[in-house]
Amino acid sequence: MSSQSPVRPAWMERPRPLTKAAKGVAVIIVLALVLIPFLVIVSTSLASNREVVDNGGWVLWPTEPTLRAYRTVISGGIVTKALGVSVALTAAGTLFSLACTTFLAYALARPGVFGGKPVLLLILFTFLFPPGMIPAFLLVKGMGLMDTYTALIAPVLINVFNLIVLRGFFQGIPEELYEAARLDGANDWQILWRVVLPLSKAALAVVSLFYAVSYWNAWFHASIYLESGHWPLSQVLRTYVIGGSQIADTGLSEAGQVSAPQTTQMAVLVIATVPILLVYPFLQKYFTKGVLTGAIKS
Amino acid sequence: MSAVTKDRAEIEAVTPPTEPTNGAIASKSRRGERWKRFHRTRVLVLLMVPGLVYFLVFHYGAFIANAVAFKEYVPFDGLWASPWVGTENFSRMFGDPDFWHATWNTLFIAVLQLVFFFPAPLALALLLHSLSSDLLRRFTQSVIYLPHFLSWVVVVALFQQVLGDTGLLNATLSDAGLHTVDIIGNPDAYKPLVVLEVIWKDAGWGTIIFLAALMQVNEQLYEAAAIDGAGPWRRFWHVTLPSIRPIVILLLIMRLGDILSVGFEQMLLQRQSVGPEAGEVLDTFVFWQGIVGGDTGYAAAAGLFKGVVGAALVFTANRVAHRLGEQGVYK
Repeated sequence: MSSQSPVRPAWMERPRPLTKAAKGVAVIIVLALVLIPFLVIVSTSLASNREVVDNGGWVLWPTEPTLRAYRTVISGGIVTKALGVSVALTAAGTLFSLACTTFLAYALARPGVFGGKPVLLLILFTFLFPPGMIPAFLLVKGMGLMDTYTALIAPVLINVFNLIVLRGFFQGIPEELYEAARLDGANDWQILWRVVLPLSKAALAVVSLFYAVSYWNAWFHASIYLESGHWPLSQVLRTYVIGGSQIADTGLSEAGQVSAPQTTQMAVLVIATVPILLVYPFLQKYFTKGVLTGAIKS
Repeated sequence: MSAVTKDRAEIEAVTPPTEPTNGAIASKSRRGERWKRFHRTRVLVLLMVPGLVYFLVFHYGAFIANAVAFKEYVPFDGLWASPWVGTENFSRMFGDPDFWHATWNTLFIAVLQLVFFFPAPLALALLLHSLSSDLLRRFTQSVIYLPHFLSWVVVVALFQQVLGDTGLLNATLSDAGLHTVDIIGNPDAYKPLVVLEVIWKDAGWGTIIFLAALMQVNEQLYEAAAIDGAGPWRRFWHVTLPSIRPIVILLLIMRLGDILSVGFEQMLLQRQSVGPEAGEVLDTFVFWQGIVGGDTGYAAAAGLFKGVVGAALVFTANRVAHRLGEQGVYK
């Protein structure tokens, strides 16, 4: 990202003050459009009941912040259980997806693998014709996977885009390193662990993030395959926040601990978003490096 | 096809034909070569197995399960024992006004997305690229990539909170003594709303690829143009735009090929708020008919129709790109 020097090149005119001001305003507007909605949900989740009701359902900046909504949500039990499901599902799904994607990408990145080219064509063809919703549903049902967590992982195990990114990245590793490892007596499995993976941390980080985020956010498969008691957080969020059911009516909170519905809704929203916000800064710097080098090379 | 031939050429290049006089021995040695190659790369072949099984089962298996589109699906009998009905599902579909309604909504939203969402990342990338402060640019990038990682559930909830009847916007408007606007749950505002949502969520993320393309524009071209007296606008028009044209066309082709998909999760979450008249798209139509309504064969027919048209569109768009002398998605 820093390939362009921050210093203005000699041939470029000095920007006019008006241009500079216009750009500044544009950037501020863009930032505000992204950040204000975040501010609203966090503030509303922290606001007191009275403040929310007085203000008509939302708060931009809480005057008397309280964690009451969070206590309500957590004491209800449903959100905490769903949170556990989501964490386990995301961890297991990311692990399986990352392993299978890495293995396949590595095999397809090496020249002269038996069957490598037909398999690559077979996979690229699926890009042209993605599986339909009904056939996929019948398949899961036919395999007896209804109401299992396998049904949320197996049908989306490998993402072709992630596969191609990783394969491109592996192909970018200099052939000499493979040769050197082979001369040292390493087989393909050992080369993967000792040479390829240590050199591919950026790409692996990005692909893991993509998988983790998609498992964390996924709700559709949960809604059609799982019984409601087994739902992950995203699907709970969907029912209680968008589905319009009031949290107080759903047994989500304990009786007697009534909060304004908006504060609890926003608290669930924050709980569902915070994990993403936590990992985001650490992985953000790899985006350009990992995604583009992989994608461009293929 | 060409890959296979090339494969064979490679093998033959490595192994000189040992017994050209005897065909049987030559084919035997070729088989031997293949076995050797398998043996030499057996670890890699083994590593391919889990991924290959996944694609065979969940992509090619689903492909075969599309057969249900030509059946009257009876849950008790299962997919294979259900009776064939030929193209009855399709003829019913083509006569179904709800199906055409969903198709119309899909195309309408797709065109709105093409006009307003497609150029948005490009415009943002140009703005970011023109910032002279590295720090400000990186900070802005970090912020605008973020919404891409939020669930559609969160995004839709955010929009309800900001644009709803009692949301931020309307409260501000009424405080200022202005008319409030009816956006959430208003069928007339639905299509612009969903396009606005997708811009908010993904326009920032979309800048990544355009920014990379902008960084790769040859600096000397700008310099030469400036020396020839071209101002910023003319440099933009004659240097920047032609340089990033291939990537813009590539992305446009990919979008055109996918034009019948306008964001299933996003649409499904909000369909109920405005009703099927305004909110049904092809994907939600399949879901509603098949999974909610239990009309499995019929829904599969609609899904298959969408898939076939989509594949044909990718193919056509790619052909057109080659005709125009552009790279395209595949050769």
